[in-house]
Order: sequence, then C-alpha cells, then structure tokens
Amino acid sequence: MAKTYKSIALFSALLMGTGAALAGGPVDDKLVIDGEMEIQTRVAAPEGHPFDEIISGWHYRTEETRALEADSFQNPGMLYVERGEEIWNTVDGDAGKSCASCHEDAGEFLKGLGASYPKWNADAGKPFNIELQINQCREKNMQAKPYKFDAADQKALTTYIKHQSIGMPVEVDLTQGDMQAWWDKGKELYYTRTGQLNLACASCHEDYNGKYIRADHLSQGNVNGFPTYRLKQSEMVSLHNRFRGCIRDTRAEFPAAFSDDLMALEVYVTWRGSGLGVETPAVRQ
Amino acid sequence: MATPKPRVKVPKKASKGEVITIKTLISHPMESGQRKDKKSGELIPRQIINKFTCEFNGQMVFSCDMDPAVSANPYMEFNAKVTESGTFKFTWVDDDGSVYETENKIAVE
Repeated sequence: MAKTYKSIALFSALLMGTGAALAGGPVDDKLVIDGEMEIQTRVAAPEGHPFDEIISGWHYRTEETRALEADSFQNPGMLYVERGEEIWNTVDGDAGKSCASCHEDAGEFLKGLGASYPKWNADAGKPFNIELQINQCREKNMQAKPYKFDAADQKALTTYIKHQSIGMPVEVDLTQGDMQAWWDKGKELYYTRTGQLNLACASCHEDYNGKYIRADHLSQGNVNGFPTYRLKQSEMVSLHNRFRGCIRDTRAEFPAAFSDDLMALEVYVTWRGSGLGVETPAVRQ
Repeated sequence: MATPKPRVKVPKKASKGEVITIKTLISHPMESGQRKDKKSGELIPRQIINKFTCEFNGQMVFSCDMDPAVSANPYMEFNAKVTESGTFKFTWVDDDGSVYETENKIAVE
C-alpha cells in the first residue's frame, strides 16, 4: 500500500514538473525557415494595441511543431502551396482563362499581396479576404463557379497566394473605404462574450494567453500564419473555419463563413497581428 | 488531395563513403478505415500507403510497411552511406494497387 502511495506521489510530481515546464507562455526561440529566412514572430505593438508585444502563435507550440514549420520540406502545408500553384496556372470557366492569364507575372504580382488582406472592396462595399477576391475573379473574369467555403481548391489557392508574401509584415490599410467602421465592429465582437461558456475572444487570447486550456496553450490568436496546417486535422485550416471552431467551443451558434460578422472579426484580428511576418503555411497543433 | 505526389530531397553530390540524409514526403490522406461517414454512418474504406521502399542501383537501402495509425502525408527520413554514383529509386505502394515512383541521381566524387 505504502509503495502505491509513493508511486502516485512520484507520478504527480512528474506531472507537475512537466506542467511547469510547458506552461511558461511563449518560448524564446527564432523562426528561421530552411536556415535562411528569418520571420518576424515578435514585434512591438502599435499605439492603441492592448499588448506591448505582439507574438506569433509559433512561440506557443512544442519544439517538434516549431521545427516542422522551420523546414519547408517537412512542412506538410507546402504540398498545398504546390497544388495551389497548379490551380493558379489551370484554365477554368467559360472565358477560358486561368489566374495566370491576367496576372502574368505571378511572382511580381503576388509578392506582398497576401500580407495586405483583408482589403476594402469598393464594388462589394465591404472588406474582402483572399477567398472572396478569388471568387470574385472566378465569377467576373473567368466565368467560372465560385468556390464553396473550404473547398480543397480554395484552400490550396489561398495558401499559395498568401505564401508568396512569406516573411513580409502583415499590414491592413484601415484608411480605405469604411474599413475603420468594420474594424470597430470587429473589435466589439472580439470583446463580446458569447455562448453557454460566456467567453469572448479576449477572455482567452488577451487575458490568458500562455496559460493552459483543454491541455493546450492559448496563444495571442494572431492570424499571420493562415491558412494553417493543423496536425489535429492533418489538413489546411482556413481562418473562418478556425473562427467557427473557437466560437463553437464557447458553445455558441457560429456565424456563417464570410458573413459580415466574421469579415469584421477578420479585419480586427488581422490588425492585432500588424507587423508580424506572414508564416503561411504555418504549422500548429 | 488530388493524385498523391511524392517529394524527395537527396543531396546532388557527396564524397565517397559519406553518410547522407534522405528526406521523403508524399501527399496522401491515409484513410485509416476506422472513420465513419458523418452523413451516412457507413465506414469509410481504408486507403493508405502500405509500403515504402528505397533502392540504390537496384540494391535495397530502406523499406518499411505502414499501418493505419500512420498520419496523412507520411514523412520518412533516413540515412545512407554512398560509395559510388548512382540512382536512388523511391516507391510507395497504395492499398488500391497504385504505385508512385520517383528517382534521384547522386554523383559521388
């Protein structure tokens, strides 16, 4: 009997030991992709930001997960980048065009583009993210069917486009159109408690980042790595999918993808990560 | 994903007797056969890569069998000692009988 007690005590001591080692918040490390390109994963926050320092979710992940992202060969998200490039060059729709038909020099055209979304779209009178922009191009210029939310090709093409801005700082232009009003709306949603668990985005990602939830680390909830390869799904996960997952976990009804609520949230949350380098395809737990 | 696509990283050059690191990755859903279709409730049939081999000039360097617990997009990394120039041949065998192959040359000085 005494022996059992001892082993239980030892076991709990071990558990506490690992807990303490893991619950230390963001890890002090540098993200250098393939030993060549350093990505800004910690930047000073702009004025009016709730944090002093903006930290990428990469710092909250385990050593193994961080290493996966740092090697572009091992990073499974790169498979989707390759697939996205194929789609970029593939003709689709009645107009007989591909993305490349209009945007001939993809390298030049796409460089930095992904880092500036969501962007004001004057025709639609609302902010557009990359997915919506792709769908508008497909309908208007290619006369092709718009992608359904989270279609495999939509995720791959979005990943490819955003990857062309890897390492470039996230910068949302709030001066265009009504972007500021959408930012305000997004901020309001960010701080509004929802669901049976009565949680706002801020409850976890602002008040308790670095702490544990459901055996996992809470990050600041920055979105510079989306679409992100999540090991849990072994798939690319789009930002709006992630939003819905978070909101679902508060046990609330979640808004539809690309709805005004989620677009406003995207504008605000992207702004919260201003200055971080684009990591797409990031690898997360 | 579309058709599984193999990716391989082998150094182009090596010195005689050097131990090199080979990295391989193939895009594949690795459907375990234990999941149910959410709508119909039917089991989704198993479809995984069940065998991977690497040969150098016809000689086996590395091989393994894979089981349903292996994750999607399986990644393999292993070492090989090279004593002569030649070709690495990589083969992945799918449950449906498809075989995906790729080759990489290496020059030994």
